[in-house]
Order: sequence, then C-alpha cells, then structure tokens
Amino acid sequence: MTATMKTTRPVALAATVEPALITGQEVVAGYPNKVVWRGASFSLDRGELVAVIGPNGAGKTTLFRLLLGLQQPISGTIKIFNEAPRRGNPRIGYVPQRHVIDRETNIECLELVHLAYCGHLWGFHLSAKTGRQAARVALEAVGGAELAPKPLNALSGGELQRIFLAEALVSDPAILLLDEPLSNLDIRRAQELVQLVDRVVRSRNVTALLVAHDINPLLPYLNKVVYIANGKVATGTPQEVLTSERLSALYDTHVEVIRDSRGNVAIIGIEDHHGDE
Amino acid sequence: MSWSANVLIDLEQMLQYQFMQHAFEAGTLVAIVAGIVGYFVVLRRSSFAAHALSHIGFAGAAGAVLLGISPVIGLLAFTSVGGVGMTVLGPRASNRDVQIGTVLAFMLGLGVLFISLYTGYATEAYSILFGEILGISATDVLVTAIAALVILFAVAVVYRPLLFASLDEDVAEAKGLHMHMLGIVFMLLVALATSIAVQVVGVLLIFSLMVTPAAIAQRLAKRPWRAVVLSVIISLVATWLGLTVAFYEPYPVSFFITTIVFVLYVLVRFLQPKIKPIRARQTALQVGQMAPSEITA
Repeated sequence: MTATMKTTRPVALAATVEPALITGQEVVAGYPNKVVWRGASFSLDRGELVAVIGPNGAGKTTLFRLLLGLQQPISGTIKIFNEAPRRGNPRIGYVPQRHVIDRETNIECLELVHLAYCGHLWGFHLSAKTGRQAARVALEAVGGAELAPKPLNALSGGELQRIFLAEALVSDPAILLLDEPLSNLDIRRAQELVQLVDRVVRSRNVTALLVAHDINPLLPYLNKVVYIANGKVATGTPQEVLTSERLSALYDTHVEVIRDSRGNVAIIGIEDHHGDE
Repeated sequence: MSWSANVLIDLEQMLQYQFMQHAFEAGTLVAIVAGIVGYFVVLRRSSFAAHALSHIGFAGAAGAVLLGISPVIGLLAFTSVGGVGMTVLGPRASNRDVQIGTVLAFMLGLGVLFISLYTGYATEAYSILFGEILGISATDVLVTAIAALVILFAVAVVYRPLLFASLDEDVAEAKGLHMHMLGIVFMLLVALATSIAVQVVGVLLIFSLMVTPAAIAQRLAKRPWRAVVLSVIISLVATWLGLTVAFYEPYPVSFFITTIVFVLYVLVRFLQPKIKPIRARQTALQVGQMAPSEITA
C-alpha cells in the first residue's frame, strides 16, 4: 500500500449546487430516560461516502435508527430529502448489523434480494418477473450475479455482505445505511467490500453511511466522518474532524490524533463509554 | 378388511364408508393447511410455539368438554388467546422461548383443573391427544373447510411480508413492516391450523404435519414457493397413505402418518448431502468479536 492511497478524496463539487441530502440540527438522540448523544449537527450531500465511527455503545446504530424513522429524536430536527425521516422510505437501503445466518436457511440469494424488492407488499404476485429482474440487476451491481442461485447458507462472510448490499440496492435508493459491514471480514475481504461500496457510491451517485470500528481501511475513500463518542458527535471531512485540537475542544479533555507514515490514524484519549448516563 | 391385488378396488371399497370419506376430506384440508403454515413455522424456527399451542389447545378442548360444547371451539379459543399472549409478552420472534413456556405452563395448569373437574372423561381426552380422524362428522368437515379457507385467504394476503419478516426481520422492519402485527397474524395462523390439525393427528403428534413435511421441503427446495408446494405434497401423501393403510391394518392412523413423514425426513436428511454436495462450504457466521486494537478510532 502506498502512502498516496491514504489521502482522502475531496468533497464532490456537485455538493455546492444541490441541496444537502441529509441534514441534522442540534439533534439529541436516545430514550426518554437516557440521552445517548446530543448536539449533533451535520449535512451530508449526494454521492458522499461517510464513515460513522466511535467506540462500542456510543450510539452509532442509534443514528441509523433515527434516519430510518424507527426512533424519534428527543429534540432537534433531522431532514432527509427535506422531509422528516419516515419508516419504509424506499429511497433508503439498509444493511443491519448481522449476527448469525441460519444454517438451515437454504433459500437462494435471488429470492432474498427479490423479497427486499417486493416483500413489503400485501397480497400475491401473479408474475414475479419485474422483481426478479430488479434483483438480478442489484446482484450484478455488487458483482454477485453468479451468486443468484446459491443457497444463503453456502456463502462466505464476504459473499453474504455482498448479498446484503444487493438487498439494500434493489429498491434503487439514494441513501445506503451500512451497519458494520466489515466486522465479520478479514482484512482483504474488508478492503474488497469497501472498494465495492465506493464503486456503488460513485456509479449510482448514492450517499453511503458506513458504521465501522476502524476508520483506516475506509480513509482513502471517505468524503466525511461522523465521529460519535462520549455523548457527543463531530462531523466534517476527515481532515477537519480527525485533529487533536478539534476533538480535544469537543470532549474537553486531552485527545491526541496520531498519524503514522502510511497515513493510518489512531485516536487516543477517548475510552469506551456508554453515553450520558 | 384386507388388501386385494387391485388398488382401485381397494380404494373403492374403502370410500364406500362415510367415516372414511369424512376422514379423507378433513385429512386433505388439514394436510394442505398444515403444509403451508408449517413452512412458516420452520422458517421462523417457531416449532416450540406450534408445540406449545397444540398443548394449550388440549387444555381448551378439555374446558369445552367440561362445558358440554364442541372441543373444536375450546381449541380455537385457547390457541388464539395463547398465541396472541405469547406474541404480546415476547415481541421479538427470536428469544421468545421463555414467554412461550410461561404461557404454556399456565394454560396447561388450567387444563389440569378442567380434567379434574370433569368426571366422565377418558375417550375424549385420548382422542384429543392422539387424533380421532376416523370419528369425524360432516359438521366437523364443514368447520375444517371454513377454517382452511380462512387460513388460505390470510396466507395469500400476508405471504410476501410474512416471508420477508421471517427471513430478514431487521430489513423488513426498516422497510415499514410492523413486526409485532405480523407476529400476531402468524401466531393466529398457527393457532387456527393447529386447532383443525388436532383432529387428524392429535395434540401430541402435531409436529408430524406442521413441522416435519415443511422441514423436509425446506431441505429440498431453494425457492419458498416451491418449498411450500412440496411441503403440502408431502403432508398430503402422508395423510392419504396413513389413512389407507390404517383402514386395512388394525393400527392407529396417526401412527402411520408420523412414521411416514419421519422415515422420509431421515432419508432426506442423510441421503441429500450425498446427492447434492452444495454445502461443502457451509459457514456458520458468528458474532464477530473484534480483536481489541489500539490503532482503532
């Protein structure tokens, strides 16, 4: 890996013309008796690859639940396409954090992707042609055309993540929410998946938010970072957010951002902490 | 009664009897419904729920006998209430075992009370436990037909959302489906299907129609629709074959049905991997425990 690969991409120029796709203003998130994080203001544009990083339990998935309309903010406003988030928005594709795929589920991949296309509709379909075609297109987009007839339980971790990505893409969304897609993958597979997400982001002009533990595999592709820790949220380009000064000021403690010769980043001084309890 | 060399003559002989006609009518309806609902039971890994609901049905039937009304009414009432109760107490499909067990134990306790209060009892309880397909009346067939139609209609309406929710709960929820509502619909389907299937195989042997055929089908078919059809075919064949054999041999119908599906399951379970070596690379994905690294943000 060369040092130049680690430089981050500039924000897409189109961003200055189009209005922001996702905006948040002074958002406070959590539950009635427990604030998870507060004071989040952000603006994400079309065609951006955004990393959502931070320690375990900091509230990364909470951000996704807010965007999906599965949870309401305690205060502040979130807008997607200039509207409040709502459940079942077909313009959002979602890959949840998976744990186990049932070993008995030998349903073929095409069927799962197909269900992501039409599974929310009531009643019977007499012809599944359109849906199957959409599923095939989505599988091709993730380089998984040959996986279509394979049963889900015969896939490797990397293949499975590609199927989940196809599932998210099948409704032709403008936003992708990927919750820890890299967590079960080895370094090489993780790298391949990040490249795939990057390709999808560029070719389809979608905005992808990707939750990850480690920002380093993502750095070469990122437009923005959402850093969630200790009940606070920092957003901006990696150069803006990942500095000792910015994080120290935000967290009111000495935080050090260290970069090694390859451009890898390490953040020191923020420990795992479960929000404002 | 004994077998002749000609199958057609055998069938004709058998179907002369009205109780055999009723048995075939009810058996066919139950096999179709159990094959379909059973597929979702297997897919959602809810066999414990199906098991619990049938036992709860026993308590309901005992209560109905005590009150002097048709056992089917008690079955329907108790399984429906029990099914909804389980879903309300444990909204997520995964990890519902404890709630199911709690409701099961309570309602079986009621069953014990009903039986102790009822003084006549013996054959009724026996037939509920092991099925009484050869004693089915024309009214029973009608009730079964109506229940079967309701189930088929409901499945036709919820087929895709229920399939999606069963396979991929989180994404389905994000797509706007209400998991809780679908969970209740599913439990009511199982409750209804269980109530009518009890007539054929009884409370204790409900799995032979509700779980085993679907489990076999799921191993053989990779597309849900095909698996549903296959599951129905298997439970139909087992029911018809069981009824026919039991007509000529002096052993219970439910014994033959359970044996047929079990033998089929064992055969498929052990022969299929040899026929189709697809699963060579079977991977069990576990929760990825990230190695704690200091160079992570």
